[in-house]
Amino acid sequence: MSQTRTIKVDLLARVEGEGSFYVRFSGSHVSDVKLRIPEPPRLFEGILEGRGYEELPDIVARICGICPIAHQMSAIHAVEQAFGIAVHPSIRALRRLFYCGEWIESHALHIYLLHAPDYLGYADVIELARDHKPRVEAGLKLKKIGNDLMALLGGREIHPVSACVGGFYRVPLVAELRTMRAPLAEARELAVETARFVAGFDFPDFEQNYEFVALVHENEYAINEGRVVSSGGLDIAVEQYQDHFVERQVAHSHALHSAIRGRGSYLVGPLARFNLNFERLPASVRELARELGVTPPCRNPFRGIVVRALEIVFACEEALRLVDEYERPPAACAEVHPRAGIGQACTEAPRGLLYHRYELDESGTIRSARIIPPTAQCLKRMEEDLYFLVGKMASLPTPELTHRCEQAIRNYDPCISCATHFLQVTVERE
Amino acid sequence: MKSENGPKPRIAIFKLASCDGCQLTLLDAEEELLGVLEAVDIGWFPEATPRVLKPPYHIGLVEGSITTHHDAEYIHQVRRQCRILIAMGACATAGGIQALRNFQEMGATLRKVYPTPASISALKMSTPVSDHVPVDYELRGCPISKAQLLEVLSAILSGRQPNIPTGSVCMDCKRRGNTCVLVARGTPCIGPATQAGCGGICPAWGRGCYGCFGPMESANTAALRDRLAELGQSNAEITRTFRRFNAWTWPFREISEKAERGEAEK
Repeated sequence: MSQTRTIKVDLLARVEGEGSFYVRFSGSHVSDVKLRIPEPPRLFEGILEGRGYEELPDIVARICGICPIAHQMSAIHAVEQAFGIAVHPSIRALRRLFYCGEWIESHALHIYLLHAPDYLGYADVIELARDHKPRVEAGLKLKKIGNDLMALLGGREIHPVSACVGGFYRVPLVAELRTMRAPLAEARELAVETARFVAGFDFPDFEQNYEFVALVHENEYAINEGRVVSSGGLDIAVEQYQDHFVERQVAHSHALHSAIRGRGSYLVGPLARFNLNFERLPASVRELARELGVTPPCRNPFRGIVVRALEIVFACEEALRLVDEYERPPAACAEVHPRAGIGQACTEAPRGLLYHRYELDESGTIRSARIIPPTAQCLKRMEEDLYFLVGKMASLPTPELTHRCEQAIRNYDPCISCATHFLQVTVERE
Repeated sequence: MKSENGPKPRIAIFKLASCDGCQLTLLDAEEELLGVLEAVDIGWFPEATPRVLKPPYHIGLVEGSITTHHDAEYIHQVRRQCRILIAMGACATAGGIQALRNFQEMGATLRKVYPTPASISALKMSTPVSDHVPVDYELRGCPISKAQLLEVLSAILSGRQPNIPTGSVCMDCKRRGNTCVLVARGTPCIGPATQAGCGGICPAWGRGCYGCFGPMESANTAALRDRLAELGQSNAEITRTFRRFNAWTWPFREISEKAERGEAEK
């Protein structure tokens, strides 16, 4: 009989927000996996009731400092659906551009500051910069260009102030937007370098049989709209989301876990988008992906860092295209006439599918709110990754195995502040 | 300030209930980040590094508000570990957006979010750090200003007083050359009662300030309330206008409660 071992990390570093985990196993038999979230609940859905629709984008931004635009976009689209508002094509394009800025910034942050040190044997970016300073500086520059794009469109990069139901408070002049052309062209080069850099890392052999879920749009790499599609055959309109996905209370983790009804865990985020939408990436990005040996279906979560880099290349190219084709819309904002109803929307946050649902009254006051962020959707799958990883690599010494487990969680770029459904854990194990 | 050859100052960054945006502000100082990280020793900053140095820390930066029993204890430990403690952002200085629960009945709020709220260990109120321990400096904002963060850090490290303006957002608007949205367009704006520091972003985008830097010193919220009423805001709307990211600060709370009760100013 093998000895029972435990892996316990009380404060998981280099993730956004605070989490910890615990795995107990004997030989290759894993008997318990727990991902704990000590992050205090912030009760956004409760706070939102009774607020006006015009306040919604400002309030939901505060769910997450890293992906405020994602929350603003899902919320705004949901309200527009409830009110029956169709926005001008130039507004739609500007929103996509705004979102590209957030993808660039968030992905670059994760790759350079949080994730790359794992693959190269460094504790953090400070050590990484000691040996690879030009590379880290290039990564920070890439990140900054994403931030600059958000600030140009939104006034500031964290909690931008420009987006509203119907469009924007102000839209940029063509000349203002053109100032981003040269930086974005540089960012594209930096992103390609980043993809080549991370593709050279060593990846453990760890293929998983995920059900991938992402938005799919008929003629673009989906960001702001599309159908909810899975690699397991699901293909539904956003309005059917709650018929097919459930949130469950799970005793061992005390967090609400999302699952596909009747099936179980699933994966959202860059890997899911890449695998389901590969053909809608620009030819140049597909070619680069093939050259780097990453093609769908990519089922190794440790290679997610390469996919994230490829998505930055895509976001830079897409942003350049949108800047070049921009025509200033006749009005910054469509006319808004509140009416009672229910609105739902999904958009692709940097970390994956982000669902918002609101019930509004005839004055546009919020009567109920539901927000399901990508990290909450992936929690169950994160625990399963730990389960299979420890089972497979149980012969490693505990410190190395612990590090692999931490890396496996960081593969998800978990955003714990975002996950408004997470409960305070009050039960401790022996 | 330590001598050239002496040990570097130890910095710690703590997180309570928050969105992460204020500590992200440091990571968003892309051009200064590597310089800052070289000038100090990071003693505690789990978002950036698993490495931990023993306290005491020269400077502690706290993001987030106190919303749990755990954090109400923990902040005392943080205070003991830090020679200089800086509360960073609207959550740490004012209780943040989550302080909207302070105006609601907590059980009802919890039930809206969680199926079995009994298992949650959350306090009824979200409160600022200064309600629990003494704080040496406060950085306002939701999020904080990157320039103010770098200013306060470099001032402390070089042994001078930080230069953080305490006037209203109107000063920011003048500096930026914004047309006043309140005067020229009649757009409700609480910039006249809000502390400067953001750079007057919202009026530059054609909308009124929503108060994310919190009340300025001796803010005349009563006069502003009258002005908002003249512009057609109902008492319910005025209540909401002052109840956003700094709702629990006394000047904003007092005026929102008066408006909610429908009390006249005089």
